[in-house]
Amino acid sequence: MSSASSPALSTGTMQNANPPATTPDLYSITASKVHLGPEGFTGVGRRTAGSQRPSAAVSNATLIRWLKDMVAIREFENRCAQAYQQAKIGGFCHLYIGQEALAVGTINCLEKDDPIVTAYRDHGHALARGMSMRACMAEMFGKITGCAKGKGGSMHMFDKPNWNFGGHGIVGAQTPLGAGLAFAAKYEHDVMKRGVDGGAAKKKVALSYLGDGALNQGALHEAMNLAGLMNLPVIFIVENNRYSMGTAIERGTTMAHDLTAKARAYGIEGLQIDGMDILNIYDLFKPLVDRCRETSRPAFVDLLTYRYQGHSMSDPQKYRRKDEVDAVKTTDSIELLARHLMGERKCMSEADFDAIVAEAKAAAVDAVEFAEASPAPEPESELWSDVYANPQPGLSPQREYTAGAKNPLL
Amino acid sequence: MAYSRSVDFSKPLPSFTGDRSIQFREALREAMSEEMRRDDRVFLMGEEVAYYQGAYKISQGMLDKFGPQRIIDSPISENGFAGLAVGASMYGLRPIIEFMSWSFSLVAADQILNNVPKMLYMSGGQWGCPVVFRGNDGAGGQLGSTHSWCVEGLYSNVPGMKIAIPSNPYDAKGLLKTAIVDDDPVFFLESERMLSDKAHVPQEEYYIPFGKAHLRREGSDCTLVSFGRPVNFCLDAAQELEKEGVSVDVLDMRTIKPLDTESIVRSLKKTGRIVVVDQCWPFASVASEVITQVCERAFDYLDHQPLRVNSDDVPAPYAKNLEAEFLPHKGKIIRAVKSSLQLL
Repeated sequence: MSSASSPALSTGTMQNANPPATTPDLYSITASKVHLGPEGFTGVGRRTAGSQRPSAAVSNATLIRWLKDMVAIREFENRCAQAYQQAKIGGFCHLYIGQEALAVGTINCLEKDDPIVTAYRDHGHALARGMSMRACMAEMFGKITGCAKGKGGSMHMFDKPNWNFGGHGIVGAQTPLGAGLAFAAKYEHDVMKRGVDGGAAKKKVALSYLGDGALNQGALHEAMNLAGLMNLPVIFIVENNRYSMGTAIERGTTMAHDLTAKARAYGIEGLQIDGMDILNIYDLFKPLVDRCRETSRPAFVDLLTYRYQGHSMSDPQKYRRKDEVDAVKTTDSIELLARHLMGERKCMSEADFDAIVAEAKAAAVDAVEFAEASPAPEPESELWSDVYANPQPGLSPQREYTAGAKNPLL
Repeated sequence: MAYSRSVDFSKPLPSFTGDRSIQFREALREAMSEEMRRDDRVFLMGEEVAYYQGAYKISQGMLDKFGPQRIIDSPISENGFAGLAVGASMYGLRPIIEFMSWSFSLVAADQILNNVPKMLYMSGGQWGCPVVFRGNDGAGGQLGSTHSWCVEGLYSNVPGMKIAIPSNPYDAKGLLKTAIVDDDPVFFLESERMLSDKAHVPQEEYYIPFGKAHLRREGSDCTLVSFGRPVNFCLDAAQELEKEGVSVDVLDMRTIKPLDTESIVRSLKKTGRIVVVDQCWPFASVASEVITQVCERAFDYLDHQPLRVNSDDVPAPYAKNLEAEFLPHKGKIIRAVKSSLQLL
């Protein structure tokens, strides 16, 4: 790859003069051609090593916190899978296992009050942004103690105190919302000159996550055009796990070998980042967030990742081979970071790591117990509440709407 | 919170008649401008609202007054800017989104039907979308099938939003001001055919409460229920019926969500007969809903089965004569009233 010979860093902006001859090769699992290896997606979307890496300045304590967050997500998802198989969780359930570094890495490049919005594979973002495992699991179980009082479910993890504007079920539909969040943040700074909540005006960045399956939805392209036109500080993050359900990316998307071409069409900076290595995410994504905040220009990131589980709990995974999954697991994000902390950083022992895992397992078990013990939403008070913020007589022929219980997160 | 700031709806409304005659489009402009002056979270976005001065001149002059950061031209990208408004309203702004025609809102259906009315519920009460979508609804002048949508039948099926549909300049201003301060999403349906209509709009500030019908004409023989532009067809029909000795109540619903069924039932108890006039197609229309509610709540007061007058159940035609016949026009209304009185 040309990027390997770049002097200081490969920004991954994909000004690659020699794209692969055939698109599928890039994502092929044939060993001789893959970019996958023990080092991750080698040569693709990576910053070269060195003391100039922004992640070198991240403290040991912070990195250990990131590791804890990633392990927590994985253990939470393991419990979700179990509860789903026990039919304690209904509907669809899309697990984040394999992609943990992405949510934790990108969210930790933000300020606490930068808004984010994501799609339906949203448990990881919710937890990484600070939602308690209890509120998240209780929502999965459809309980009143859940983040949406059991009215949203797996695909709708909303968390107002943590500026998480939700998981959204329709593919791509959340991307214009991301532009809208950036618009509002810019509007309060530039026009109102104060925060909508009465606080000081700040320069903010909005993150709008999407799966690679959303690349071909009109909503994304409209959102990118609006963001480019209006100079909105939003970063569209493609969580490129290579499959939209069972359709491999090159079977559904043109220019799959260079998704940043989509961004160029809208005058937006595009970046490709290896998303299995959280340090690499930070190295490339943090400067991008800073640029976006400073210049109020949008960006688009092709974040290479992988889900170890099926698309949802009902996916038999006939469309990919086990050795492909196994190959990616050799670059597991949690293992990569753990090895770094035990090796280069020498700030964590095997025993420390075991303790982190044990703690996360216990917290996930506690969340399940909490969810099971929590009451279901009361139909009399909850079925007809939160439909209108300002209920009035005559809105329904059946009965009047009401105000329900206070949301547990508020 | 129910409104973005306190509004005293118990205050009696100023006189409906007077001599400050302005156009429907000017009334809309006054409503938006007043609310934008009061609240800097309010902005207007849509196709041609700024530099073009409004495709129908509704926002004429507003760019000069408020600047390009608050009067914002959007590209032809309804799903995009409707979705942008969803995010901005969740964040805490109060967007007014102009659809040049509600017909074009169909390409934004996912945002306005799937996101806007459900967000408060899906988030367990954390976020709603206090956004006003407004634009021309119903047949314009020979615009053909794709540009003549009446969306109220389709959209009123969905819980979570309010729908206001003024029939005159006075209501246009008072209802739009209420729509902007209401904390719920409001779909505001105007009509290209009425934008040049002139009528009295008071100088003083007023907000028309949602869910309160306006009895536009009093009679005793039959109740005419309508909303939006066809209210005017009803008033014309009533005038002609009067000459033949038939007097009717004409109820202008002003909003169909909420729907003032009380006022309908009150009138029906007096007249015993009801005709609902609705510009949508008949199948699963607002008229169907009104009649169902009347049957559920006042069946014993009916001296004749309820009747409905809708647009003809065909795509909107282009030819002038066909379009005129397609609409729920005066002739159809007169026939329906006479039929309910068994005068035919």
